[in-house]
Parts: sequence; structure tokens; C-alpha cells
Amino acid sequence: MSSFWSIWISVLTLGTLVGCWLLLRMCLKNFAGVAEGEPMDHEFDGIQELNNPLPKWWSTFFLVTIIWGFGYLALYPGLGNFEGLLKWKSSNQGITSIAESEASVTAAKEAGMLVQYDREISQASEKYGPIFAAFAKQDVETLSTNEDALKIGQRLFLQNCSQCHGSDAKGTTGFPNLTDNDWLYGGDGAAIETSILDGRKANGMIAWETMLGGDEGVKEVAAYVLSLNPDRAAKVDSALAAKGEAKFAMCAACHGADGTGSTAMGIPLGAPNLTDNVWLYGGSERRVQESIANGRAGVMPAWKHILGEDKVRVISAYVYSLSNQK
Amino acid sequence: MSNNKQNKHEKFEKHVGWFAIATLAAMSIGGLVEITPLFFQKATTTPVDNLRPYTALEMEGRDIYIREGCNNCHSQMIRPLRAETERYGHYSVAGESVWEHPHLWGSKRTGPDLARVGGRYSDDWHYAHLIDPRSVVPESNMPSYSWLGDTPVSNELSARKMELFNGLTKNRSHKDAEGNNIPLYSADDIANAGKEFATTKSITGKDSLQEVDALIAYLQSLGHALK
Repeated sequence: MSSFWSIWISVLTLGTLVGCWLLLRMCLKNFAGVAEGEPMDHEFDGIQELNNPLPKWWSTFFLVTIIWGFGYLALYPGLGNFEGLLKWKSSNQGITSIAESEASVTAAKEAGMLVQYDREISQASEKYGPIFAAFAKQDVETLSTNEDALKIGQRLFLQNCSQCHGSDAKGTTGFPNLTDNDWLYGGDGAAIETSILDGRKANGMIAWETMLGGDEGVKEVAAYVLSLNPDRAAKVDSALAAKGEAKFAMCAACHGADGTGSTAMGIPLGAPNLTDNVWLYGGSERRVQESIANGRAGVMPAWKHILGEDKVRVISAYVYSLSNQK
Repeated sequence: MSNNKQNKHEKFEKHVGWFAIATLAAMSIGGLVEITPLFFQKATTTPVDNLRPYTALEMEGRDIYIREGCNNCHSQMIRPLRAETERYGHYSVAGESVWEHPHLWGSKRTGPDLARVGGRYSDDWHYAHLIDPRSVVPESNMPSYSWLGDTPVSNELSARKMELFNGLTKNRSHKDAEGNNIPLYSADDIANAGKEFATTKSITGKDSLQEVDALIAYLQSLGHALK
């Protein structure tokens, strides 16, 4: 702050306090021209005003608040650039980047400033830091048998993940169920952790309608896809499915020639198994046709920079435990 | 009372003009001390390093956010308290709001703070959630904004809005090597304000962009400057 504004603030603030004190002094004097306790010579409906002084308790408290105000301004930052004798501030507000924010924590410490927010954070990391550090040394699989870690993991999951995956982690249309041990990108601890840390972006179930020659082509391929499921094959129009089979070659690149998905080939492309009963976007004829015609592009956001690696480790353990209950 | 010439109080109490002037003077002190200096302070007039102006689509989304009154239930102001930063991310700083006219800090949280909601959830999630909040969060008490999915969004005024914001932020934009202010939007940006609308695909599957697309673009941009 420039010294002009610093002086502006200080003068107005102190001036107001002094002004309040002068006003109080003035009001304590009797300048009504009437002796204390005597009537003020006017009445309404028989009610008279007496010239009574300000109550002592009231004027004393008024004075105390003024004195308290001076004390506060001496200890805490309130007068322009004056930092206050306690060297206290709430947070490092003037920063222009995350790097600067981190640097300002050290700078404030070196300058002997007590930054309230920094203190809150360092107290918390002293208390919880070692717990997370101990968890971080274990792999996800080991951690998933640790009761305490699972409790923390569940809290973090409810806070950050349940919006999409549901508070029971069973997901909903478009958002995967995490409890069924069916995985698009691999279900071992490391794969789950990578999915959370870096996020996942569907590799491209693009819109196939034009390439399949319009609506008819879509229906044919959808019929073939449904015929791959042993439970549903009987209900599928086999002539339509036969036509779809020829076109399925294009799909096989990702979903595999037998439609069991890419994880079967050991490459986590995110292409789902089409032969089971797990349907992320719905398994009705209509929904499957929709998926083929318009494509699907699910995105799992990356959480590394939001939650940090230690917390992601604990959440991964919780998610792993959901499909691998002992 | 009128018969008492010595009562100085009376002159003041019975003259409404003087009384009003004195009242205004007393009330203005707070503003003069706490607000006026902020207009001239570096921390409140310098944008944070990574701040970028809204794209035309995000700008339209922001106006929809204002129109629907999202700021009545969602704040965009993370306070420097651990309980808040654990949940929402780094506390908000003044340099992030330098180009906000009006700012949308809000003052009430029926729903969560949105200052850094950008990138936390996928576009698909925002779409499902805006159209029918309970389809993804059964406990939610947010109203459904289903009409956003079938109301086309127009870029008719986008160029005008960009010019307006250039004017509003004249001395508070990023500076080039010589220390001159770089306008938020170049002449090129303004001339091409509609392009983004023609090339972006609507999440609704419709041929043209709908209001929900603009709102999602805006939500995904929130908090980009401090990550």
C-alpha cells in the first residue's frame, strides 16, 4: 500500500476513535440550560422529559470500547501498513501463483509473522502427516486390509468421489460401479491408483453412425453385440446379427474379435467387455444403439493436484477393498 | 422545548437537513477507510499470473449462471480456513477476481462453493446433474434446470460483451514487456467470437449449442488461475 493510503486509513481510523471520545465528553456535560433531574419544559399527553444525564454504566462502557479499540489497533494490523505488535495476519492474500503462495509461507515464517492459516495447516500436518506418510509406504493391496485406512478412505471417497460414483460406490448410468470387480482400466491397486491420480479419458468410442451407413448399420451391429451375450442371444434377430458381424471388424480393434474388451488382451484401453451383463451406459437395445450411433466419451478427472498422492493412496485402498472383500 | 434558547441539541435535532448531512458523514467513514483504498492497491488490481479471460462460450455461460441465480446458493469464495481448503482447494485471492464484473462471490452456501469446481467432475456429470440433480446425487436439494438442455444459446452479443469487458478492465489486465496493458480480447478474438460456437459439439447431441453447454464450459473454467 502506498504511504498516502496508509496515512489516509490511519488518520481516519484514529480520528474516528478520538471523535467518538470527544462526542462522549460533550454529551456528558449539561448544556440544556436546565438543572439535572428537572423537567425540560415540554410534555405530550402528560408525559414529561426530564434532563437526566447519560447512565454511568453506559458511558463507562462506551469509554472502555474506545480504549479497547486503541489496544486492538496496536496489536493487530488495522492502520495501513503497520503490521501490529503481534505480527499477525490471517492469510497470504497478495500472491499471484501457487508457487508464490508456497514461498510466502516460508517468507512469513522467516519474518516472524504469525499467519493464522499457515499455523492451522502446519498443526494439521504435524498431527495427520505421519499417519498418511505411514500409509504411503504400503501398497494399495496391503493398505486395503488396514481398518483405519479404510475408514479414512471412505470419508475421502464420500467427500470427493460419491458425486459421480454414488455414496455406495455402485455408480449410475455413465458412471462406473466400483464394487463389481469389473474394470475398464485394470483392477489391481496400481491401476486403480493411476486412474485416480491422472484420470482417464475414454480413448474414443466415436460416433459410428455415418461409418456404419446410417441407422440400419447401427441396428445391425447392435444386434450382433447383443448376440454375444449368452443370456440374450436367443432374443436377437439372427439375420440382423449376421449382417452386423461383418461390420464388427471395425469394433474388434478395441473390443477384441470376441468382444471381450481390451483388458483381455492386456492393454487397458478402456474398451469394455461386450459379452457380460455390465453396461455402463445401459444394456437395452435402444441404449446400445445410442452408444454405437453417437459414441461415448466418459471422463474421469485427474485428482493428483486436488488431493495429493498420499490421500489418493488411501482412497485407492478403499476402492480396492470394495471389490476384494476378505 | 422551543422556549429553551440554551439547548444546543435542539438546533441539530430539529433541522432535518443538517441531521441528514451529519448522518451521511458518519456512515461514509467505514467505506472511505475500508473500500476506497482497495481501488488503488496492487493486490486488488493485479490479476494472478495464470488468469485468462473467459472464452465467448464461457462468457455466455457466466451470464446464464447470473440469470438463473446460481450465486444465491453457491458461493465462489474459499476462505483461508483449513476446513474449507481441504474440501475446495487453495483459498481465493483478490487477484483472481480482478476481471469479474460483477463478482459472483455470493454470501450463502445452500450448495457447495464453486470457486474451484472446474476440472473436478466431467462434462457428462455436469450435464446429468444440471438437468436432473438427483440422477447422480440422490440426496441433492438442488432444483432441476432441465430447460437449459433445450434452449439454444446465442453468440449474438458475445463480441459486444468482449468489447465491454475490455473497457471495464482497461488498467487491470496483464502487462506486456514494456509495461503496457494487454487488452483481454484482441481485435481477432472479437472478430472470431462466434467461431467457437460453430466448432464445439453440444453435449446434448443436438446440432447447435444449448445453454447447458455454455454453463458447463463456464463451470469447468472456474478456479483455473490457481491450480
